[in-house]
Order: sequence, then C-alpha cells, then structure tokens
Amino acid sequence: MNRSEFHRGLKGGIVIALSSAPFAVLFGAVAADNGLSVAEAALMSATVYAGASQLVGIELFGHHVAPWLVILSVFAVNFRHILYSAALAKYIGHFTPVQKFFTFFLLTDPQFAESVKTGEAGKTVSFTWYIAFGMAVYFPWLFFSIVGVYFGKMIGDPKTFAIDVLLPIYFLGLVMGFRRKPGFYPTVIASAFGSVLGYHFVGSPWHVSIGAAVGVLVAALLPLQSTPVPVTAASEVES
Amino acid sequence: MGFELSTEMTLLIIAAAIATYMTRIGGFLLITRMKTIPPRMEQALNAVPAAVLTTLVAPAFFTSGWDVKIAMLAAMLVGLRYPGLIMLAGGWVAAMACRHLIGL
Repeated sequence: MNRSEFHRGLKGGIVIALSSAPFAVLFGAVAADNGLSVAEAALMSATVYAGASQLVGIELFGHHVAPWLVILSVFAVNFRHILYSAALAKYIGHFTPVQKFFTFFLLTDPQFAESVKTGEAGKTVSFTWYIAFGMAVYFPWLFFSIVGVYFGKMIGDPKTFAIDVLLPIYFLGLVMGFRRKPGFYPTVIASAFGSVLGYHFVGSPWHVSIGAAVGVLVAALLPLQSTPVPVTAASEVES
Repeated sequence: MGFELSTEMTLLIIAAAIATYMTRIGGFLLITRMKTIPPRMEQALNAVPAAVLTTLVAPAFFTSGWDVKIAMLAAMLVGLRYPGLIMLAGGWVAAMACRHLIGL
C-alpha cells in the first residue's frame, strides 16, 4: 500500500465519477421506465458496470427482444474492451492473479486511458492506484444508478446545466493526451471517419467498433516505428 | 419500482455481466498466450487508446448542434495548454454561454 498512490487514484476517479454521474442517473431512470426494480437496476450497475451497454441492454429488454440477442448486443457494445485488455497487458504483468481479476472487472474507458497514460510516461501502474481509481468510479456509479431509479424523472433536462457536454469533452481530453505518440493523426482521422460513417450508415452502438477497427487497422499499416519502447529501470522496480 | 428480483431478469443481468467480463479479460488472455508479438500488432495495440476514444468523441461532435460543437472546440483549445479539469471547465462555460447567453 502506498498512500500517495491511493490518493492519486481517488482524486482521478472522483473526476470521472462526477462526469459520469448524469449517465448513471440516466441509466437508472431508463431502467425504471422499462420496468426494472431498484434491486435489478442496482444489480446491473454492480455486475455489468459498463454504461453504454447497460443502456443498450435495457432498451432491448424493454422492446421484448430475445434474451440471447440482448446478451449478444451487450457483448458487441463492450467489444472494445478486448482491445483494452490486450493493450493493458504489458503494464500489469506484475499484478497477482487476484489483482488481475479485479483489474479486468473495473476496466472502463477512463480507467484504461489513465492506466495507459501512466504506463507510457514510464511510470509503474500500481495496483494501489488502479484499485483506488476504480473504486472511486464504481461506487458513485452504483449510487447514482439507484438515485436515477427514484429521481430520474425529476432531474429534468441535463442540457440546462450543460451536463451532457462533460463526457464528450472528457474523452476529447483523453484523446488529446496521446497526441505526441507516433501515428496519432492518421489513427485519429481514420477512427473519426470510420465512427461517423458507421454512426450514419449502421447506427449506434456499432459505430464504436467500426471506428476503432478502422483506426487500429490504419495504425497497423503505417510504416513501422523502429524505436522500441524503452523499458526504463524505474518501471521494473517499485510497487 | 420495488426491491424484488425476478428470476428472468436476474439471469439476464448475470449473463450480460459475464459477457462483459469476457470482453474485459479476453484481450489479455489472447495476448499473453502469444510467445512473441509481431511488430505490426504491437503498433496496432499502441493505437488502441486514441482509436477507440476517438469513436466516443467524433460522432458526438458531428451529430450535435452548434452549442456542443463550440463547447468542444473551446475545450480543445484550452486543452492544448492546460490540464484536463481546466479543459472540462472551459468547455462547460462555453456550453453554458451558448445556451443561456447566445441561445444556440
């Protein structure tokens, strides 16, 4: 346990918890609208713990779609996490199996982005930081989902207080954080094109997988960077 | 809106949770079973964060109104110089100004 790592994790996580709170409330409200009980909505937030796919699952359930199709859709919306856990592998080799179990359970978009940012800066991704960050996002997500079941309809239009712009801006900030990496611009332009076209011609949420696939494919086809990532001595010790 | 858990819904939720967990651990299991990672694959994996996160940003920009577009552009300019929280605040102020002062 490292106290400063723990605090750094909590601090980072709380920012995410606040910007994702409106979406948790939205989920709770939609869940209640589709006939879920408080316990069911809470169970979903506690076990699935993936915003967009929770909303998709609830919507489809509300439309009486066959259960296997609901599950398949949840899997498809979350498909990007396969890429996340593959890309995260080189930073968490020092975690124990039990730590890895929790690590993957908590692997959300912001958790992934912040972990990679830490790892790429040559710093060790410590489990203490990771779990503190994860808990600071997880419990508020659960709490605000339950709030949404009760008060979803009372909160009104999130646009009035411009809460709806926070998450896209937050993700924009994460993207910009990678702008000095080799191949950044071709990747981002390809991914932007792919996702916007996917959004128009195929529809949400498929545009995420389509855009990501296009971006990653372009990155793979770029001229190879001959400089291997330097493994500094600092990243080997500590934690 | 009670506290009851129906069997059908509980099973559906647990199945969704397992499907989600499989995506979260799947890439790790695949990659750690490979002896060596080809350089092109390594390069592709390094592009994952920017590629995936862009798909959460670009459609939000292109499909929304001028209020959100201006807020995101303002945030981007702030983000070139300042850290995330200030960037978030800058975008939020721009969105509030667009909606309540200009009426976009």
